[in-house]
Amino acid sequence: MKKFAVVAMMATALLGSTSSYAADLEVTHWWTSAGEAAAVAEFARVFEEETGNKWIDSALAGSGTGANPVIISRIIGGDPMGATQMNTGRDAEELIQAGLMRDLTDVVADMDIDSFYVDQTLLEPCRYEGGLYCLPVNIHSWDWLWLSTKAYEKIGQPVPKDWNEYVASWPALQEAGILPFGLASGWPINGIPGVLMSAIGGEDLVFKINRDKDVEAVRSPEFRKVADALDQIRSVVSPETMVPSFGDVGTQLIEGTAAGNIHGDWLQGDLQVAGAVPGKDYECLPALGLGNKLTGGGDSFYFPQLPEGTDPAVIEAQAQLARILISPEAQLAFNMKKGSMPIRTDIDLAQANPCMQKALGLLKNGLLPSGDFSLSSDTQKQLEDLNLEFINDDSITVDDYIERYASIIESAD
Amino acid sequence: MSQATAINAPAPSRGTVSGTEPRGPRPKPFFTPKKIIIYTTLFFFSLYFLFPLYVMVVTSLKTMPEIRFGNIVALPAAPSFDAWVRAWTSACTGLTCNGLAPGFWNSVKITIPSTIVSIFVAAVNGYALVNWRFKGSEVFFAILIFGSFIPYQVMLYPLVMITRELGIFGSLQGVIVIHTIFGMPILTLLFRNYFASLPQELFKAARVDGAGFWRIFFEIMLPMSLPIFVVALILQITGIWNDFLFGVVFAGTQNLPMTVQLNNIVNSAQGTPEYNVNMAATVLTGLVPLIIYFVSGKLFVRGVAAGAVKG
Amino acid sequence: MADVATQPGNMAGTSSRRGFLHRLFLHNLSAKVAAIPMIATVLVIFVGCTVWTIYYSFTSSKLLPKNTFVGFDQYARLFGTNRWNISITNLLLYGSMSLVLTLTLGFLLAVLMDQKIRFESAFRTIMLYPFALSFIVTGLVWQWIMNPTLGLQGTLRNMGWTGFTFDWISNPRMVLFALLIAGLWQGVGFCMILMLAGLRGVDEEIWKAARVDGIPTWRTYISVVLPMMRGVLVTAVVIIGSGIVRLYDLVVALTNGGPGISSEVPAKYVYDYMFGGGNIGQGLAASTMMLLSVMIIMIPWAYLEFGGKGRR
Repeated sequence: MKKFAVVAMMATALLGSTSSYAADLEVTHWWTSAGEAAAVAEFARVFEEETGNKWIDSALAGSGTGANPVIISRIIGGDPMGATQMNTGRDAEELIQAGLMRDLTDVVADMDIDSFYVDQTLLEPCRYEGGLYCLPVNIHSWDWLWLSTKAYEKIGQPVPKDWNEYVASWPALQEAGILPFGLASGWPINGIPGVLMSAIGGEDLVFKINRDKDVEAVRSPEFRKVADALDQIRSVVSPETMVPSFGDVGTQLIEGTAAGNIHGDWLQGDLQVAGAVPGKDYECLPALGLGNKLTGGGDSFYFPQLPEGTDPAVIEAQAQLARILISPEAQLAFNMKKGSMPIRTDIDLAQANPCMQKALGLLKNGLLPSGDFSLSSDTQKQLEDLNLEFINDDSITVDDYIERYASIIESAD
Repeated sequence: MSQATAINAPAPSRGTVSGTEPRGPRPKPFFTPKKIIIYTTLFFFSLYFLFPLYVMVVTSLKTMPEIRFGNIVALPAAPSFDAWVRAWTSACTGLTCNGLAPGFWNSVKITIPSTIVSIFVAAVNGYALVNWRFKGSEVFFAILIFGSFIPYQVMLYPLVMITRELGIFGSLQGVIVIHTIFGMPILTLLFRNYFASLPQELFKAARVDGAGFWRIFFEIMLPMSLPIFVVALILQITGIWNDFLFGVVFAGTQNLPMTVQLNNIVNSAQGTPEYNVNMAATVLTGLVPLIIYFVSGKLFVRGVAAGAVKG
Repeated sequence: MADVATQPGNMAGTSSRRGFLHRLFLHNLSAKVAAIPMIATVLVIFVGCTVWTIYYSFTSSKLLPKNTFVGFDQYARLFGTNRWNISITNLLLYGSMSLVLTLTLGFLLAVLMDQKIRFESAFRTIMLYPFALSFIVTGLVWQWIMNPTLGLQGTLRNMGWTGFTFDWISNPRMVLFALLIAGLWQGVGFCMILMLAGLRGVDEEIWKAARVDGIPTWRTYISVVLPMMRGVLVTAVVIIGSGIVRLYDLVVALTNGGPGISSEVPAKYVYDYMFGGGNIGQGLAASTMMLLSVMIIMIPWAYLEFGGKGRR
């Protein structure tokens, strides 16, 4: 409660110092599912309560190809929104370089953000020529193996403790008619190689490939292990068994018709909504139970430069929102609903469920740069195409996969 | 337009089934082999065309457990309009849970002026192309047709920049201009073909009388063009009503069309999809063009017949 | 506007003794003013955007257009990309099947509808209504019908027909046919209307003459009526063809390019790389290739249509 009071005081101070009437601030984001909407509602609630301004919500389904073109068009078309969510990473770097985003350095100057951000690397994409152009608001990680308690009850085996035990249990699962690996069609496959890379290939491999774009690392024996693991997954999934959305995989896990799945922490939001309890209905293994660090990305907020003649109250509202998004109260409220990890280290997350507690434990070891964090969206898109093709087409050998992965990394910028 | 006579005219008309149709010869005996083939074929095609509509409507009246049971052809056990009410009034897109209703009026606001302006411009184009050819007019027309093949996503950025320079980005005017541009190829083609099919004597006589471009257009051409206007109207209302990308980018935040909400309801990547609400939202969004088709289907055919015959 | 004597409708050929400039700007001034929107659209939007597209396809533009030229690099990458090659193949396969089937079925249904049948207006409405629905809706409902567990397959299996398989949407070899079913469902009705209109425009005398000569009905349709419907066919081919080349929404809504990348199409490649991948150069190289192929098809047509001076 003490922190809440501090925020409230800060906000009051801000209010007192500026215009006393409320401004409308349009915020675009692609958080349209039930759980996401509940989370973003927390931001809106705190913002409106603390500042008296109005949050005008512009939700646009579908991240990359759905919302991005609209957000970017509006910014370059001179009709920018007050604030927008985007992925933490390099999606907006050219907009920043073109001077279309507002520098937040002064806005958060007195907050000493360096002191509480979990990992300074999170802020790297936001920095450009000494300015600060975005604020990461959460950390999402793909590095989770979700396991169905029910499926393992059916075959009378204990729930695996790591990836290797899990793979070893596949034949028994298949015999019992249970899908060893549940998978949704489309993009969910795309996060899996990165997870395998950090858990099986190890920390060094992640740094070499994602950060240094080292082609030799792709051709190394460590990466081959990763590709082999992906090949193993491929052997137990087929287009016919794939479900339309990852939420359906959650249902499969709860029902025990699929035994496991590698997917990001947001899957937990869906499991939660379905009433499943961690430890009872499902188990979660961060870093596949093998590694001790998570790869992380997440979402950031950007504040476009508003055109000349904009009501100063709106510009002030941008600043107020920026401060509130990373305030302890909003961070706690938002991330509890979103199922992601806060970007602050100084928040008491006693209410977090066991899975999130495990993640917070690993977070203390620092973050590994995930692919969507350090590779350009162009490179990510190419890798996504490759992964989709590989998982669906058995005629592509592991060697082909490695070679094509290498050539994409080679041309990565 | 409707003098086409049945090919099987020689067959003696026995009149076992009394015709109630206003036009054409009296119906022939129903059960000739040829008729059976015709009606059977049409019947099976009708099944193909109707099945999805049936599925949409039936699914929208079911509850989610019933849907998961996995019988898409079964009638709902207890038909419920809950999904419809939710889709219309309370389905959420982001934080706002007002359903499709608010977007409906925005769609109307975009569709009406865009339709009128785009049709007017295309009608003038077609008229100028047929009756007032100028050097290179055919080249312009050819490029216009070529333009209808350009994937319009490609033109998004240049159009954003052009409308920005014109100061109409993010406004109703902006989206009207965009729809006028993208409606132009096909509509101009239709109007050009239609005006070419009109007797040229009328035009020549008016010219001799000294009537100018606009007078001939408004006083002679327009009154004769009702059929093709109906076609253009239907095509444009459908196209603009169903448009998503241009509406969301160019119309400005005050005017987001209904399809944005439909897209949000249907394409939310996360969570278990509520198929019944999806289907209800789908039908609701398609309702306006559907009604227009049902009401004016006959005029549509007549208009196409009038406008597309001459090449 | 004084020169009433000018033959209307053919002023391009009229050799006026007035000056060139006069002819270019003042002659039929109102007509030229009225044509400004079209001329502006053609020059600025269609020609302009095409030039813009080609220009930036030679640059390394990422999220925003930039003037850093890289020669044919984008094209080299394009043709080295499996997904692009698959997209092209798919478009050719889907496009030819769709064009042929839409035209054939449209014509066939129009002929059936033209037999003085009863309930014509009901049949017509039934066939035409899908055209009123957006591709997003079309994709959604067919995805639902083809959903292996909840759709038709699951339904019939639940009813006891356990061997029933209708999994085209998740079968890489059949997925194009799944697209085709949905695409035809939406487009055949409109084509039928066009064809029906064309049939009704054929002079009754032609039929009489054909009957007198003893030509079988089907031959009359193919060798007499069809050639007379040239205008309709051109309209139909333009509308269907442009829809095929720009095919995007339906794929996104129905398969999203899957399973894997087996139902990808060029327009989706363009869009995904321009916006999803933030690589304008690559997206524009792809769209330049699309424009080029359209041009290759269009130029002979334009030549036939407009090439000879006195058309008709």
